[in-house]
Amino acid sequence: MDKFTVHTGQAMPLRRSNVDTDQIIPAVYLKRVSRTGFEDGLFAAWRANEPDFVLNQDRFARATILVAGPDFGIGSSREHAVWALLDYGFKAVISPRFGDIFRGNALKAGLLAVVLDEKIVQRLWDDIGDDPTTPVTVDLVERQVRWHGEVHAFELDDYTRWRLLEGLDDIGLTLQHSDDIAAYEAERKPWLPATANSLT
Amino acid sequence: MGKTLAEKLWDSHVVRSAEGVPDLLYIDMHLVHEVTSPQAFEGLRLAGRTVRRPDLTLATEDHNVPTERIELPIADPVSRTQVETLRKNCAEFGVRLYPMGNLEQGIVHVIGPQLGITQPGMTIVCGDSHTSTHGAFGALAFGIGTSQVEHVLASQTLPMDPPKTMAVTVDGDLPEGVTPKDVILAVIAKTGTGGGQGYMVEYRGTTFEQMSMEGRMTVCNMSIEWGARAGMVAPDETTFAYLKGRPHAPSGPEWDQAVAYWRSLRTDDDAVFDAEVSLDATTLTPFVTWGTNPGQGAPLSGSVPDPAAFDDESDRVAAENALAYMGLSAGTRLRDIEVDTVFVGSCTNGRIEDLRAVAGVIKGRRVADGVRMLVVPGSMRVRAQAEAEGLDAIFAAAGAEWRSAGCSMCLGMNPDQLAPGERSASTSNRNFEGRQGKGGRTHLVSPLVAAATAVTGHLASPADL
Repeated sequence: MDKFTVHTGQAMPLRRSNVDTDQIIPAVYLKRVSRTGFEDGLFAAWRANEPDFVLNQDRFARATILVAGPDFGIGSSREHAVWALLDYGFKAVISPRFGDIFRGNALKAGLLAVVLDEKIVQRLWDDIGDDPTTPVTVDLVERQVRWHGEVHAFELDDYTRWRLLEGLDDIGLTLQHSDDIAAYEAERKPWLPATANSLT
Repeated sequence: MGKTLAEKLWDSHVVRSAEGVPDLLYIDMHLVHEVTSPQAFEGLRLAGRTVRRPDLTLATEDHNVPTERIELPIADPVSRTQVETLRKNCAEFGVRLYPMGNLEQGIVHVIGPQLGITQPGMTIVCGDSHTSTHGAFGALAFGIGTSQVEHVLASQTLPMDPPKTMAVTVDGDLPEGVTPKDVILAVIAKTGTGGGQGYMVEYRGTTFEQMSMEGRMTVCNMSIEWGARAGMVAPDETTFAYLKGRPHAPSGPEWDQAVAYWRSLRTDDDAVFDAEVSLDATTLTPFVTWGTNPGQGAPLSGSVPDPAAFDDESDRVAAENALAYMGLSAGTRLRDIEVDTVFVGSCTNGRIEDLRAVAGVIKGRRVADGVRMLVVPGSMRVRAQAEAEGLDAIFAAAGAEWRSAGCSMCLGMNPDQLAPGERSASTSNRNFEGRQGKGGRTHLVSPLVAAATAVTGHLASPADL
């Protein structure tokens, strides 16, 4: 996982709310078994059906920050939604509110999910709409989003911030505590269900 | 101060807790299916890791499988690859799998409870957002992403911060024709698709105390649709009666020990929830969705709303977009909306009580001309039970298609799909744009409304017949 410290790039305005993960990546793309190459599935239906959809606009072709309306990433738990955004080239997504599972998936994978108030998102939309070349900075060190002299703080817990700054993998961190896991296992209730270990 | 059910479940599963880091939560059962697991197993392989507890892992094939001619190889090459990949991974890593054609196969959230694997007091996860279904048993059950699937496979734990707690209290007897599906649709319409975000929700009150396990599962299943992290109902005598004698339920002296423990899980009288919502069950009526998210619903007796009537700007825009996609006009009576497809099934309403409800309405009647009706049992065991009760004959006599088990038309990943512009009444859980097939239009309904709709050809309840 790459480290995320301070990223400055073009931002793309997605002026929609309630963008569910079926829109971010339609179910048909979930059939893939690999972990990469999902960029062609990103917003596939909207891209195909709406010539003016923001992802189809040349002026936002170099965007690495997606700015969306509230309730971004609701619905299905498909982590492929995050992979599609990352494979496409986005490093961060900004929204007034994220679907819980999506937000968890994003932060796990190193896609920074930033919550900013609806009014701030509206101003950012207006500014990048007026001038798509506006450099937007997402600063994880300071926990700020900055553009055109505007500076806005965002919240992110210290642990996740540290993990993303260091580019650290969750599983390795957990397996360092194998002894604690074994100690817990030794005390589990005896009647808890178990499955056999073979194909029936 | 006392603890809530959710807090008791959380606290009893903390392996390790430390300042400034998430809790490490132990997972009692990890359910797996073919869609969200390939990259997780691939990740294990690449890192040289193994599955820590194959004996606490169970896999099934559900999302991609066809529901007819299941003795044939899967036609779609990508679906076939996913299913074959799961089979290879389970064989390689020693995970028990119930494949297509096996009597124990079915939708993952249907087979867990029927096997007695889902029990009170457990933590249960799956790479699927409807994992909240298992909360009906007084378990802490929630959906996770593929990286978390990999994490659980590798360590049987998950690092998480505890969500807040919310009580949804519904009291009173459900009126005739009002089902658990209508209850949860009404809750979501009240709270909106983000109302439960950040919360573990406990469904409380006399309505839930009187509800069957399958009804509780329907309600808990759709907790994610209003953003809740998990949804649950406290275990009680109804729960114990359901579990007794099931293959993986405790027996003998362990049964008594387990029940005593399970009884202690109820929310303490002096516990305090972070938030509370309540509904009066006696005011509820059959509910349907008109829009493109589960929160855009209304009583069947009502009409398609006028977007201009919404106070909130984003709700108004969302409603406009929804009406355009759904091909509906404001003011149209919901009962006047004609459908061409009726789908009975899914992890929400694909169990035996749902099939009995549909059969009860459709018996002696015919599916309307121009309507295709699919009845898809949630598991092969449910299918066998339905056939033993003669329900399949009722469906066939009415002109409905009786299928094998799988997620089917809930989501367009297998051959059961809506064609562009087709309109369904569906007992499933999501009505997002394109969910059931590109350009498909979905109205979420209860099994009773689905059955009446199939007979009349427009949204209807049994009272209309």
